[in-house]
Amino acid sequence: MAENILEMKNIVKQFPGVLANDHVTFTVEKGEVHTLLGENGAGKSTLMNILYGLYSPTSGEIWLHGEKVDIHSPRVAIEHGIGMVHQHFMLIPALTVIENVVLGMAQNKQILDLDKAADEIVALAKKYNMKVEPYQMVENLTVGEQQRLEILKALYRGADLLILDEPTAVLTPQEVDELFKMIRLLTSEGHTVIFISHKLNEVMTISNRITVLRGGKSCETVLKGNTDKHQLAKLMVGREIDLQRVEGLPDLGEIVLEMKKVECMSDKGVKALKGLSLEVRKGEILGIAGVDGNGQDEMLECISGLRKVTSGTITIAGTDSTNEHPRNILARGVAHIPADRHKRGMISQMSIKENLMLIDYYKEPFSKNHLLDWKVIEDASKRMVKAFNVKTPSIETMGGSLSGGNQQKMVLARELDRDPEFLIAAHPVRGLDIGATEYVRERLLEERKKGAGILLVSTELEEIMTLSDRIAVIYEGEIMGVVDVYDATVAELGLMMAGSRKVELDATTY
Amino acid sequence: MEILTSIASFIAADFRTATPLILAGMGLVFSSRAGIVNIGVEGMMLVGALAGVAGSWWFGSAWYGALFAMAMASIISLIFAYLSVTVKADQIVIGAAINILGLGLTTTFARTLFGLNTAPPAIDSFSIIAIPVLSQIPFIGQAFFRQNALVYLAIILVPIASFIMFKTDIGLKVRAVGEHPKACDTVGINVYLVRYITILVSGLFSGLAGAYVSLGLLSFFTENMVAGRGFMALAAVVFGKYSPKGILLAGLVFGAAEAIQFRLQAAGTAIPFQFLLMLPYALTIFALAGFVGKSRAPAANAQPYEKD
Repeated sequence: MAENILEMKNIVKQFPGVLANDHVTFTVEKGEVHTLLGENGAGKSTLMNILYGLYSPTSGEIWLHGEKVDIHSPRVAIEHGIGMVHQHFMLIPALTVIENVVLGMAQNKQILDLDKAADEIVALAKKYNMKVEPYQMVENLTVGEQQRLEILKALYRGADLLILDEPTAVLTPQEVDELFKMIRLLTSEGHTVIFISHKLNEVMTISNRITVLRGGKSCETVLKGNTDKHQLAKLMVGREIDLQRVEGLPDLGEIVLEMKKVECMSDKGVKALKGLSLEVRKGEILGIAGVDGNGQDEMLECISGLRKVTSGTITIAGTDSTNEHPRNILARGVAHIPADRHKRGMISQMSIKENLMLIDYYKEPFSKNHLLDWKVIEDASKRMVKAFNVKTPSIETMGGSLSGGNQQKMVLARELDRDPEFLIAAHPVRGLDIGATEYVRERLLEERKKGAGILLVSTELEEIMTLSDRIAVIYEGEIMGVVDVYDATVAELGLMMAGSRKVELDATTY
Repeated sequence: MEILTSIASFIAADFRTATPLILAGMGLVFSSRAGIVNIGVEGMMLVGALAGVAGSWWFGSAWYGALFAMAMASIISLIFAYLSVTVKADQIVIGAAINILGLGLTTTFARTLFGLNTAPPAIDSFSIIAIPVLSQIPFIGQAFFRQNALVYLAIILVPIASFIMFKTDIGLKVRAVGEHPKACDTVGINVYLVRYITILVSGLFSGLAGAYVSLGLLSFFTENMVAGRGFMALAAVVFGKYSPKGILLAGLVFGAAEAIQFRLQAAGTAIPFQFLLMLPYALTIFALAGFVGKSRAPAANAQPYEKD
């Protein structure tokens, strides 16, 4: 048996109101790829932030190379050879690659010798079959390049234990393959990798051992050879779940959303949509797959009237809705579950009943002569809270003090209670636990059965493939192609997510 | 020949009026790059202006006055740092409060120290130093080499600040902290310490700039004598795209506006002098409104850093 490079013993982390880690024990052997598997909120990132010195544990011990250590800051972690690639990259876009690499290093001389560091980083990159341009600005790098830079940055600081926090979330399937090659190369040289994920396929591909976290507790460490996806899913969730798609084909109705050659600008003043066309029919779920930041947000803002369309047309339920006022668009039977529920979906500092009224407050019977009728509003709120299973002490509770799952149920209640004909669902289960996730998905499928057209945006391919009837892939503001879910393969979708058009792919097949 | 003489004297005047903006700007560029919007600089300069006069009066030398000014303004800057970095209060509100504090403190202390309506005591101020040989060159000598010491110092500081900002480890840390403090935390940089130090530096230099106003441009203190130069220095930082060399140029542009309005007033044009007085301020507004191309502020501008 190999030497234990890391032992975390009985780690407890208490945040105000939340016990994020509850006596977690976690042991990593030298040279292995050890996956920390768990749902969102299971405590994976917390545990790793403790190891990296960003959080201090409430209690518990960390042993590195057989010695007890006190990692009270990232600087200490780096000195101990720990490197971490965070889920949200810790790179500074306005600085160059090499400036990012040397930033904050204890070994730096007062006057920086960037040229020497640049030579070193190019050599280091070459060793791992990578290319870097040291004087390029980081903001000009692709997401994949930024991730590789983060790994290089850690290696340059002498990391031999590398923590990768959900590294695949932002990558196309092909980039994931590249990453895995690199991970294998690293471990073959004696580096150790802690891989954080909740994606079972990837976990089964890359890991030597897997430790499952559930509700802040470590439940089991298993060898990959002794387990399978179903067992892992069960460990992760705590009960049996069905990984298969159950829905049949939909009864297609008329077109409810039609976008024709739509263009718009991003906040940075560059074109975010470049002639995007698609249509959604009643009774279907159209999934939009794609790497984050390829125009998904702008597309939804154009549809809901929050962003100016510079050319092209958007038709909703047969009525031209291009650059229409958001309230008029809502009036056409559109409901919207926004990607960022705290920014767009709800107002944390308002009560549940107020949040539920955000759309209809001015209409009869909730409002008469510009005066709110609280009696009517309260009755309606109570009914909605009950119908959508929002767990709350009362309708007076602040929206912000609900759990994530219940906040999302509150948003669903407001949006779905209006019986929409067209529903926009952006990352509807992001950050939710498995129970809430299942609930939200069931409600979406129910709406579909009732005949609503649904536009589902997600960066999780698994989610798209489980729920959608058709899948459109977005890349740099254009649709690369649309496939029926039963014809879709991960490989094909992945190529489209990286910018290949479906027609080109079809042509090469024959 | 006459026209050349007046151009040379205009250039000399431009450097004189630009100097307080450049001096304060060399400190502000560090705090601004670290993500601090220090609008309290106006108040800090005012404190520096009075402390400079008081120091010169007590210790008998303009240089001691300048040092005393830097010390007093840096104390004020530490109050600003404590409130904005440690307490995480809104930088704009704190800065405004510091300005009111500076105005009140200096008005009160000036009256206590020097009394009302009395003739100002004679104090040592910064006098013109003609650089040997260079000042004898026709035109150039008159334009550039007959200034007081702080004007030369301001110009010399520009390449030094530029070097520190772009070539040293400290400069890299400062630039990074203003862009993405969290990322700095993950590589072991003490974000709070960096911000404290840069605010202290901005305090030191605004004190020096204030002393220049009272001991370089004039040789006494009058109420609210900084007259918006702190805000103009802040504008010069933005206009100069957060680089020391840019700030030098921006300072000279604003300085030129002030120098022009003096000339026009003296020449007795038909334009009412109130409009002429507006010139530097109007130019500042134009510069800030982005008429001269985009200046990119640090990404974490004015945001307190919260460790979780």
